[in-house]
Amino acid sequence: MTEPTLSVRNLSVVYQARRGHVQAVRDISFDVQRGEALALIGESGSGKTTLGLGLMRLLPATARIVGGSIVYRRHQNGSSSASHETKVLELKGDSLRQFRWRECAMVFQSALNALNPVLRISEHFADTAKAHGYLSRYRQGTALRERSWKLLSMVRLDPERVWHSFPHELSGGMRQRVLIALALLLEPQLLILDEPTTALDILTQRNIMDVLKELRHQLGFSMLFISHDLALAAELADRVATVYAGKIIEIGDVRTIFRSPYHPYTIGLIKAVPTLTSDKSSLVSVPGSPPDLIQLPTGCKFHPRCPLADERSQREEPELLEVAPGHHVACWHWTHAREALKSYQAETKVS
Amino acid sequence: MHLLSDFFSSFWRESVKTFKILSRNKMGLFGFFMVMLIILLSFVGPLIWPPETSANVAEINKGSSAAHWLGTDFQGQDNLRKIVNGGKDIVIIALLTGVLSMLLAVVVGSFSAFIGGRLDSILMDLVNIWLTIPKFPLLAVLATVLALKDVVMLSVLMALLDWPALARQVRSQVLSLKNREYIEAATMLDLGTPRIIFRELLPNMMSFIAISTIFEMTHAIYQQTGLVFLGIVPYSSANWGVMISAAERRGVLFNPQAAWSILAPMAAIVLFQLALVSFARSLDEVFNPRLRTGA
Amino acid sequence: MAEPLITLEHVTRTFAVNGQIIKAVDDVNLTIPEGEMLCLVGESGCGKTTTGKMIAGLLPTSIGRMLYRGKDIATITGRDREAYRLGVQMVHQDPYASLNPTQTVYDILAAPLQHHRFTRGESETRHRIRELLEIVDLTPPDDFLEKYPHQLSGGQRQRVSVARALTVSPTFIVADEAVSMVDVSIRISLLNMFSRLKDELGVGVLLITHDLALAKYFAWEGRIGVMYLGRLVEIGPAREVVEHPQHPYTQVLLSALPEADPDATRTKQRIELRSTDMPSLLRLPTGCTFHPRCPAFLGEVCERIVPPLERAEWGSDVACHLVHAHES
Repeated sequence: MTEPTLSVRNLSVVYQARRGHVQAVRDISFDVQRGEALALIGESGSGKTTLGLGLMRLLPATARIVGGSIVYRRHQNGSSSASHETKVLELKGDSLRQFRWRECAMVFQSALNALNPVLRISEHFADTAKAHGYLSRYRQGTALRERSWKLLSMVRLDPERVWHSFPHELSGGMRQRVLIALALLLEPQLLILDEPTTALDILTQRNIMDVLKELRHQLGFSMLFISHDLALAAELADRVATVYAGKIIEIGDVRTIFRSPYHPYTIGLIKAVPTLTSDKSSLVSVPGSPPDLIQLPTGCKFHPRCPLADERSQREEPELLEVAPGHHVACWHWTHAREALKSYQAETKVS
Repeated sequence: MHLLSDFFSSFWRESVKTFKILSRNKMGLFGFFMVMLIILLSFVGPLIWPPETSANVAEINKGSSAAHWLGTDFQGQDNLRKIVNGGKDIVIIALLTGVLSMLLAVVVGSFSAFIGGRLDSILMDLVNIWLTIPKFPLLAVLATVLALKDVVMLSVLMALLDWPALARQVRSQVLSLKNREYIEAATMLDLGTPRIIFRELLPNMMSFIAISTIFEMTHAIYQQTGLVFLGIVPYSSANWGVMISAAERRGVLFNPQAAWSILAPMAAIVLFQLALVSFARSLDEVFNPRLRTGA
Repeated sequence: MAEPLITLEHVTRTFAVNGQIIKAVDDVNLTIPEGEMLCLVGESGCGKTTTGKMIAGLLPTSIGRMLYRGKDIATITGRDREAYRLGVQMVHQDPYASLNPTQTVYDILAAPLQHHRFTRGESETRHRIRELLEIVDLTPPDDFLEKYPHQLSGGQRQRVSVARALTVSPTFIVADEAVSMVDVSIRISLLNMFSRLKDELGVGVLLITHDLALAKYFAWEGRIGVMYLGRLVEIGPAREVVEHPQHPYTQVLLSALPEADPDATRTKQRIELRSTDMPSLLRLPTGCTFHPRCPAFLGEVCERIVPPLERAEWGSDVACHLVHAHES
């Protein structure tokens, strides 16, 4: 088996806030395989955005990585073993800057803020190439231009029109596609996308999703989505991880997670999101609110919202357990969670 | 007016809470106590330590000593004693001008922004014209023509001249708050314009208002000092501006020995300003419930 | 049939943008009976929020009339005006901006109660506020009375917003994207709360949203209206609109919608648009405004003639030449 492109082990991130320490990422481990699309789904305050920023080493000054390791491996075309291994947490200065963008690029949530309003799109491409040490290769303006135009047409933009535009002259969806093209400029092997379709209209979302599918097929990079949007995960991911209170609580193949999840939170989340075909009576909210990351509950962090919680859940936090090949769950009650929740919901419906 | 009293009574209730929060911020607490100390000293000090009535020829333009901590002036009078006796004017001018001009600014600025339309554009045009007039020369001319007798009149005049600039700032604050969704909700609940202004808008602007008032106070102090320095307002009462002006006229600038007489009142003014400004900076914490509850 | 609660008659709303006039809402006719659960869906710029604001009385109409219980709201006075003003309330999208940050939950709810004399004295007000908090599922209410908005979660704030709207006993609530900024796990419970308001208090709700799946769930027994570039292009019973969409635009939207089901979303038949670019409101296409993108484009008739909104199959009203051509 090939070595994964990204291996995260026991990563923890803590923020310093007025009230105390925010435990945004707690002991998270996962791999992103070569060419794979992994979705991290979670609600606001689950720590998923912090995790994304942590992987890129872009955390704000108030945050600190308190433990763990991130290993990135670059593969040569065709070979299964990694040619080059990078310990991301040990990178400094130039090598860190080169890692960002050349190896691993990020598309941020707000497409308007991520582009400089006074620079033309062409200048964004030139600056990115320069800042990440690709100037020598793209010294001749034409080479840079060729690659940029190719990427712009791959994201279904008209390069001739876009190239000399300012960001404000483009629609939200077009800007988002410019950002994706920009992220791919230096041929990274991993693309991190933070809420790439949030705040976009349905038809624009569709367009972005189709573009991402095509690009991945053509260029073969790995993708890591960070989103609260289950539909995005269902559509684009190979594997899905549910994040709750800074921890991965379930991870598995996309069909497994959507069809036969074991963790009560994953089950609840999927039941809470309507689809066009779902029946009104099948939808149920997860009770309660997301936890306070400063004063986390004891034991299993989901226990205050979980109908299955017992004395053990309150006391001990469950670790991720491999319950089927490639399917890991962190719950004391995974064996009977689905049946128990079903009968629980039937009871509460009646009352 | 019921609403106004409502606003002020809740304001008072908050004051107690406020002090507790204030005590968390060292700079703010320092500013608060300094301001209080200066006010107390200026009003109570003269009763205990009244001004000297005669010159003391033997002690002219002396430096700091055990007997005269801040030295003596051209008449041989104690500088510290003069400062204690000369603070009242400054404090009255600062408070009166600051509060008066802010009050006018808040009323006109917020109603103008809230009602909008023709009224707003006419008012703002007038304010814009007003802003092109150089205020200090105008103040100097008016002060001369009116031959102002006391500091209260001077404060009123300065407040009348200064409020339009503040009103413009208040207006832009209100405009940005006005479109907040909670104001829209209050409009739909038909709570009435005065209530919306006093209960919904103003509390959200309190830190801005307090800070602007304090900056207006420091501005008033400078203006008054300037007027005295130019000899436009009467010389009669002893205040810090008068001290500076008198020292300058007696050639302090050419007599290094007399430096204390000009530096002492300057230091007093700077200290008062510093106290006001550091107090102002901590007020944001007081008026913002998010900072208040430490979330 | 009972007298309709709200009626829009040929309502048009224009805005001046940099000296040019744009039509945000164009000739919308809509009748809302009492206690209806209605959803307006569409992409940004389709005029759904402007329509909602006109219904809530936050924006006047440019052309056309809006009636509340049969009376034109532009000219009503006195008791009728007050009945409308308090009768239609709004719940905003952003739970972080819709509550005054300097007031506690108690202050926020007490102000309208006392101002309109719904309650007298502190104890009566407090009692009523507890009732309202229970209606919106903020229990036990005493835990919330003295909280400031920043101490509440997004979902809890949205519930306070609803409780605030309920203080004046409205007949209709306009909920503008009221759940889109709330965590996905609790959206359903917020929508269920709206349904309960309808069942228990008879309050009708207009939910403005871009999420068709959510719209279907919310308006299960009610209607969905689809808007495109300021016009209502299809309106009908919620499940019919989703299961049997008539207008090509509705069909395109439904086929494009990503869904939280890996098999359904990946195998769905997609309908391709003729052009992906949304036309600018400044240069609206002639005739049917959807014609430059429409996959079922018929030709000249679509370019020249604005299709009227008429009854079609499955009980929906549809504005499309194709649909009506089939019938005649």
